[in-house]
Amino acid sequence: MRGFRACSSRNDSHPRRRTVLAGLAGSTLAAAIPRPAIAQARPKVVVIGGGFGGATAARELKRAGADVILVEANPVYAACPFSNEVIAGLRPMTAQHFGYDGVRAEGIDVVHASATGVDATARRVTLGDGARLTYDRLVLAPGIDLRFDALRGYGEDAAEAMPHAWKAGPQTLLLQRQLDAMEDGGTVVMSVPANPYRCPPGPYERASLIAHYLKTRKPRSKLIVLDAKDTFSKQRLFEQGWKALYPDHLEWVPLAAGGQVTGVEPSTRTFVTDFGRQSASVANVIPPQRAGSIAQIAGVADRSGWCPVDPVTFESRLRPNIHLVGDAIIAGGMPKSAFSANAQAKVCAAAVAELLAGRDPTAPKLINTCYSLVAPDYGISIAGVYRPQSGVLADVEGAGGVSPLDAPPETRKLEAAYAADWFRTITSEVFG
Amino acid sequence: MRPVWLLCAIAAMSVAVKAQSAPPGASSCSGCHAPHPGQGAVMPPIAGRPAPEITEAMAAFRAGERPGTVMTPIARGFSPEETLAIAEWLERQR
Repeated sequence: MRGFRACSSRNDSHPRRRTVLAGLAGSTLAAAIPRPAIAQARPKVVVIGGGFGGATAARELKRAGADVILVEANPVYAACPFSNEVIAGLRPMTAQHFGYDGVRAEGIDVVHASATGVDATARRVTLGDGARLTYDRLVLAPGIDLRFDALRGYGEDAAEAMPHAWKAGPQTLLLQRQLDAMEDGGTVVMSVPANPYRCPPGPYERASLIAHYLKTRKPRSKLIVLDAKDTFSKQRLFEQGWKALYPDHLEWVPLAAGGQVTGVEPSTRTFVTDFGRQSASVANVIPPQRAGSIAQIAGVADRSGWCPVDPVTFESRLRPNIHLVGDAIIAGGMPKSAFSANAQAKVCAAAVAELLAGRDPTAPKLINTCYSLVAPDYGISIAGVYRPQSGVLADVEGAGGVSPLDAPPETRKLEAAYAADWFRTITSEVFG
Repeated sequence: MRPVWLLCAIAAMSVAVKAQSAPPGASSCSGCHAPHPGQGAVMPPIAGRPAPEITEAMAAFRAGERPGTVMTPIARGFSPEETLAIAEWLERQR
């Protein structure tokens, strides 16, 4: 689930051209020319976005018998979960990288191109080079875009001086290098947006691991977290860990104490709030977000910037035959996480297969699980179960919860091991 | 145009699409539980396990009788009937 801006002509390989041409010919024939039902007349699904949601949807739809084209701008996916460990120098960036050979091996046509247009009436996607793909059903996994219009002074250029590192990739390494280059005694400042945004506990895991880095490598330094909220995911667990592990290295400033950042000054790495200014040796700005740009292009995002969907079929409420999964959707109680995207994609793919077969999908149930690291061997979790209710995915009552507050160190260690296990398993399921 | 399009569409769908018969909730499990034991894996594989093993474990998690982390709050989101359907489906996965 990355942006779809980058489209390098270097990626225009022969297999890709064949894919596009074959796709075009197949759909046009299937739609327009009377011919007997033969084996190649399969329903055609285009999936845009090759992250946890999109790649999963592509694989599941292929297994269900559809012809699937996966459109993803980047030949290598950089995963966000565990990228906070990269920032804190605990993990190589290469451990976050996943290619698409495993997806191709399933028989899916993977096209590395940007999608620049979606015509919901003609059921047609246009790619950056002008090629067109027709579909019976379209699945969008747009991920997020950072809103560079939301904080005064924070545009794309400012992200070089004050990285967001909220899409894994060069920004992750930039923040890691800035921390590495900082002299001991420096002040790291991070700003956290209001809800909703990708990975609700993510900023607090990052704060924990940066504090761990400072404590172990630059002990005279400090992290200040400026937050636009007063409460957050797994708050009591995080605060308990911070108190025990980082009393001198991490200060959290909530909304009520003036934590909301309204603007930044990149030249001096300064954060501006309604109550004052805070300059930083290293600055991490996590800006407000919205659904990835393909959602705006396809007309499936509403005025909030996010995408309303039917909770049974994940079909857009704004455009027919377009389904959405992952961070971009308005999912009710379900958080924007890689686990959610993967779970939604499996349910969405099953529903799309049912619809293509002329049947009504039955109401699903979905699970989310999110692990966070408070320290490398200190894991905590949140889990929930969701079902369609009143048009959204609502929490199943009596289910869901977080790690116990009174757990012994062995439990924290076990959950850290579970977190690592989860990442290996889910990336293996998604990317092969 | 329309009758032709319809005819082709119906032909295509009936040939190709297999139903995904996972009961509600079942497809989420593989987000954590790998189909086969992995190197250094801590989370147990559950695909292909006998259904009673799964239903008993889930009942114990639900009742708080088995120490768990995420499985306790997850088990409480499923009725015994829903859990049985998932367990029987898992047993068929190899």
